[in-house]
Amino acid sequence: MADFTMPSLGADMDEGTLVEWLVGPGDTVTKGDVVAVVETAKSTIEVECFDSGTVGALLVDPGTTVPVGTRMAVINTETEPPAAVPAPATPSAKQPTAPASELQAVPGRTTTGGGDTVSTPLVRHLAERKGIDLSSVHGSGKGGRITRSDVEHAPADGPHRVKASPLARRMAQSSGIDLSALRGTGQGGTIRADDVRAATAGPPARTVESHAQARPSSATAEPAYPARAAIAALMSRANREIPHYYLSTKIDLAAAMAWMRDRNADRPVAERLVPAALLLKSVALAARQVPELNGYWKDEAFVPSHTVRLGVAVSLRGGGLVAPALTDADTMPLPELMATLKGLVSRARGGRLRASETADPTLTVTNLGDQGVETVFGVIYPPQVALVGLGRVIEQPVAVNGMLTVHPTVTATLSADHRASDGATGARFLTSIDRLLQRPEEL
Amino acid sequence: MNRDEALVLIKNVLTDVVPGADAAVLSQDENFRDHLEMDSLDFLNFIEALSERTGLALPETDYPALNTLDGCADYVASRSSVE
Repeated sequence: MADFTMPSLGADMDEGTLVEWLVGPGDTVTKGDVVAVVETAKSTIEVECFDSGTVGALLVDPGTTVPVGTRMAVINTETEPPAAVPAPATPSAKQPTAPASELQAVPGRTTTGGGDTVSTPLVRHLAERKGIDLSSVHGSGKGGRITRSDVEHAPADGPHRVKASPLARRMAQSSGIDLSALRGTGQGGTIRADDVRAATAGPPARTVESHAQARPSSATAEPAYPARAAIAALMSRANREIPHYYLSTKIDLAAAMAWMRDRNADRPVAERLVPAALLLKSVALAARQVPELNGYWKDEAFVPSHTVRLGVAVSLRGGGLVAPALTDADTMPLPELMATLKGLVSRARGGRLRASETADPTLTVTNLGDQGVETVFGVIYPPQVALVGLGRVIEQPVAVNGMLTVHPTVTATLSADHRASDGATGARFLTSIDRLLQRPEEL
Repeated sequence: MNRDEALVLIKNVLTDVVPGADAAVLSQDENFRDHLEMDSLDFLNFIEALSERTGLALPETDYPALNTLDGCADYVASRSSVE
C-alpha cells in the first residue's frame, strides 16, 4: 500500500488546493499516470502517480487546500490484497517534505466558493473565454464533471451570467467570494476588482493570508494576487539570504544564427528551431562544464547536481511566472530540446504543467529576450545558486579581424551565490556559453 | 482563398494560439507580435498553425512579411490563388 501525498511543486510551495481527481476508487493506475490536478499559488499543475496499483480511498475532496505532504489518497499496490480503508489522516499530522515551513497552514481549508462544479483548468479557461458561468452548466462527465463539450455547447451569456472583469473574477475565485452576491460599480453594473477588494476588506483574502506576516505591511498596500505574493515571498528570501554577485558578457551570435537559418531553410515549420533553443542548450552544456553553479545550497553547503535540470522562466499572460524544468537539457539533442521547450511553454501558459516538470531545477534561465530589453539581471531562485539572464538578440556593431561590422548579439548575465562560487568561476561559465555558441553545429 | 477569407482564417489562428487574444481590436497594419506580446515561440506556433491550415511552407525568410494582419492576408491570398 502506498500513499499519494500533496507533492512539493517548487521551493516556494507550502500548500496546494486539490482541483480535481482524474481517478476514482477502484481505478487501475500506472506509475506516471496523471491522477489529480492541483492548484498552487502560482499555477495549476497535473500531478502524476509514483506507484502502480489500484486506487483505494480518496481522502481529500476537490476544493480543499492542504499542506505539502498531506496524504490525499491510498494506492493499493498490485502485490498486496486490498487494504481496509483507513480513516482520513489529519492533514497537519504529517508534513515530511515541507521545506523549512515556518508558515502554519490551516488544514482542510477550502478556497473555492459556493458550487461544487468540478472542472479542469482547460474547461474553466474555455468557459471564461466564452463568457459562460460554469455553475449554470450541466456536467455530463463522470460524477457530474463538466467536460469541454458541455462548455462548447452551453449558451453564452446565460441568464445567470454575472458581469465582471477577468481580474475581479480571478480575485473572487481565489478568495472564495460569490460574484453574484456583489454589486458592480463598473459600466453596466460590471463587477470590478475594486468591488471584490471592498468585499474582502474585513478579513484578508484567504489565499494570501499565510504570506501576510512575511510581507511588510503598509496602509496603502494593495492585496496581492496569490501568485505575486508567492513570488514576492521567495524573492525576498533570495535577496535576504543569498549574497549575489553579477557578471555580464556580450556574445556574438553570427555563427549560431547563420547555422540556424541554414538548418531551418528546408524544414517544415514544425521542425524549425528558435534562437532560444540554441541558447538554452549552450547554457545546459556550460553548466555541465562548470558544475560549481549547477545544484543547490543546502545546510550551509553547496550540493552539486549530477544532472542538469534547466529551469526556464516562463511569463504567464495576465501576470506571474513559473519556471518549469527541462530535464537532461545538456544531453538532449537540439530538435528534442526544441520540442520539449515548446510543449513546456504552452503547458505552462495553458495551466497544464506536469508535476515532474516543476520539480526542482538545478539552474534557471530567464529569457526576457523578445520583450525588448538588452540585459536582464535576475534574482536567484532558492535553493539554486545561480541564475542566467539572456537578453534580446540585437544587431550590434562588433569588431571582427580588425574590421567593424554588424552582427546579431546577445547579452548573457549571471547572478550567482557568493557562498558557493567566486567571480572567476562565474566568468568561466559565461565564457563557456560563448565558446559553445561559436560552434553551433556541435550543440 | 481570397483576401477576406484569408483574413478570417488568420484571425482565427491568432485567437487559437494566443489565449485571450482579441483579434477584433487589432488594426490591420499594426505589428501584432508586439501588440499581443508574442514571443518567438508564440510566433512559431502561429506560423505552424497557419502553415497547417493553408498548406503554405512559410519559409523563415518570409517571416518579416507576416507580422501584420494586412501582410499575412496579402501573403496568403497571393500564394494560395496560384494553386
